Amino acid sequence: MTETGQTRIQSRFAACAAQGRAALVTFVTAGDPDFETASAILNALPEAGADVIELGVPFTDPMADGVPIQLAGQRALKAGQTLKRTLAMVEAFRKAGHDTPIVLMGYYNPIWAYGVERFLQDARRIGVDGLIVVDLPPEEDVELCLPALEAGISFIRLATPTTDDKRLPKVLSNTSGFVYYVSMTGVTGGAIASYDAVGDAVARIKRHTDLPVAVGFGVKTAADAAAIAKGADGVVVGSALVERVRLSLDADGKATDKTVSAVTSLVAELAAGIRTVSKAA
Amino acid sequence: MNAPRNPNTYRSGPDENGRFGMFGGRFVAETLMPLILELEQAYDAAKADPAYHAEMAGGLKHYVGRPSPLYLAERLTDHFGGARIYLKREELNHTGSHKVNNVLGQILLARRMGKKRIIAETGAGQHGVATATLCARYGLECIVYMGAVDVARQAPNVFRMQMLGATVVPVESGTKTLKDAMNEALRDWVTNVATTFYCIGTVAGPHPYPAMVRDFQSIIGRETREQMQELEGRLPDSLIACIGGGSNAMGLFHPFLDDPTVEIYGVEAAGHGIPSGLHAASLTGGRPGVLHGNRTYLLMDDDGQIKDAHSISAGLDYPGIGPEHSWLNDVGRVKYLSATDEEALEAFQLISKLEGIIPALESAHALARVAELAPQKPRDHLMVVNLSGRGDKDIPQVAEILAGR
Ligand SMILES: Cc1ncc(COP(=O)(O)O)c(C=O)c1O
Repeated sequence: MTETGQTRIQSRFAACAAQGRAALVTFVTAGDPDFETASAILNALPEAGADVIELGVPFTDPMADGVPIQLAGQRALKAGQTLKRTLAMVEAFRKAGHDTPIVLMGYYNPIWAYGVERFLQDARRIGVDGLIVVDLPPEEDVELCLPALEAGISFIRLATPTTDDKRLPKVLSNTSGFVYYVSMTGVTGGAIASYDAVGDAVARIKRHTDLPVAVGFGVKTAADAAAIAKGADGVVVGSALVERVRLSLDADGKATDKTVSAVTSLVAELAAGIRTVSKAA
Repeated sequence: MNAPRNPNTYRSGPDENGRFGMFGGRFVAETLMPLILELEQAYDAAKADPAYHAEMAGGLKHYVGRPSPLYLAERLTDHFGGARIYLKREELNHTGSHKVNNVLGQILLARRMGKKRIIAETGAGQHGVATATLCARYGLECIVYMGAVDVARQAPNVFRMQMLGATVVPVESGTKTLKDAMNEALRDWVTNVATTFYCIGTVAGPHPYPAMVRDFQSIIGRETREQMQELEGRLPDSLIACIGGGSNAMGLFHPFLDDPTVEIYGVEAAGHGIPSGLHAASLTGGRPGVLHGNRTYLLMDDDGQIKDAHSISAGLDYPGIGPEHSWLNDVGRVKYLSATDEEALEAFQLISKLEGIIPALESAHALARVAELAPQKPRDHLMVVNLSGRGDKDIPQVAEILAGR
């Protein structure tokens, strides 16, 4: 919480809105390509222009992810990443004085294996602001969503093109922080079919909630980000960033001196793209 | 813990949330959730519709060739010198395994729902072949995801699926076996939700699949009950079946769960042996976790990462098990054992030579435990083994292994 009683996520979205722009939400996979490099990337994201950070928790079986994020998770797991080490990354980030909101994103099993109660205590103490757990729909809220809210951690839900008006209230109840609109039916890393449809969907969701709506899945370039920023409160970029990591690696798959800047330079471009669209504050 | 809703029956699950005790559930991405609810509704409506049951019964009889015989394996019985061993001959079904029972039910449901594109995952290829077969029969598009490792070791089935007009997609991600095929099928489903029906091949996945597939496979146990009544005038004393995801086992077991005199055994794949860590025995060597839409026993490490399963049999090479089995294990109604690759290979050869029936390597796991259980039983003990499939698909693989000795 900040002095105003808002969560870090709330005040960050509010600050971006006050500047008349959308927030840039960046996804990177924790531990990709290795713990040290991933920590360096994480710590460089705020200055590069990330407003909110989604930190991917690697899982062996990422059923909703396309190839780029699958590969990022495999690189991280191969380098020994665990949920414990992911929390350690966040802890170091907070100790370095960063107040950029961090949302852990992944699948339920690593959290369940860690132990829900212990995980929430640790996450809260360390400074995790929110959770996105792909395989926990509202029907399974008792598992983690409700305990997380009780522990003071936001639970950010995905709304998708298949979430119709009838179902939307169910998806929005118990959602906090922001709503993540998945721009298409598909896995991460695909292509957005129609910006108009995305704009309409965001407008539809906003009729049901006052929460900020961020849009992701398929945003790759500054131009994409600008197009989405017109209608949304936040723009999420993930696959394009982890692809930057992959392309920066040497022949053995190890990080090079270009890995961190490969990511931050794209983040800076995206941040600039978003700022080309100004919205009424 | 996990008391069934009605403590007088083991057959009332799942509850309205798709749970068998703590197991089961609907752990899927939001994109799929509306579809899964729609499927549940469609299935409930079909269950209440006599026309659906009539269509199903007709298909099982005239196309699949049911009922499958319950056959007294006399030479096997003499060989072990104990229980009277009956084989439930699911390998005689059209397409050569029990898988077709479930596929028929799901494809008829897909037709009712107006879905024209069918996807499936497959391990041994038997579920893929059954799906490809019924898609051919009903003129539906069929895409089968199969791990690249399984494509190599079950080559005859790959060719069969292609002959039947299906597209087989080799899955190169992860361990390139059944679990990765299922991941890829789920990715396809998320992408093509509106047009696509996901035909899951076992009693796993999000609710309503575990219950629905069980219902379709329960024909095995219902027939067995009737046939044993006819042949011996009473219930069997024990049932035994192999377990990959657990559909042939659940199909045989479910109609007998409330008969306390019937001993029930499931046999998981122990690969190189449980202590080696190279196995596919989720109940014997795993613990509860969440994967592929349900909570169940899984092979996983301390960080919740799914471990690779190992089995000579592609159809058992899966790090999980259907949630109802997890529950039946915890409440103690079914006893779960395991058999190693080596034991399965031995049984494979023994049944071939003694009975003139080449079993699937999957089914050979159940037969391997019969070798141990049958001799301990009196001569009037009636034991039913589910012969879930025929071994034609395994002959190239087994020939290669035996030639290497
Ligand atoms: C012949 C046969 N038996 C058993 C199995 C295992 O599946 P389940 O445990 O769902 O019966 C398979 C799976 O491919 C199979 O082909």
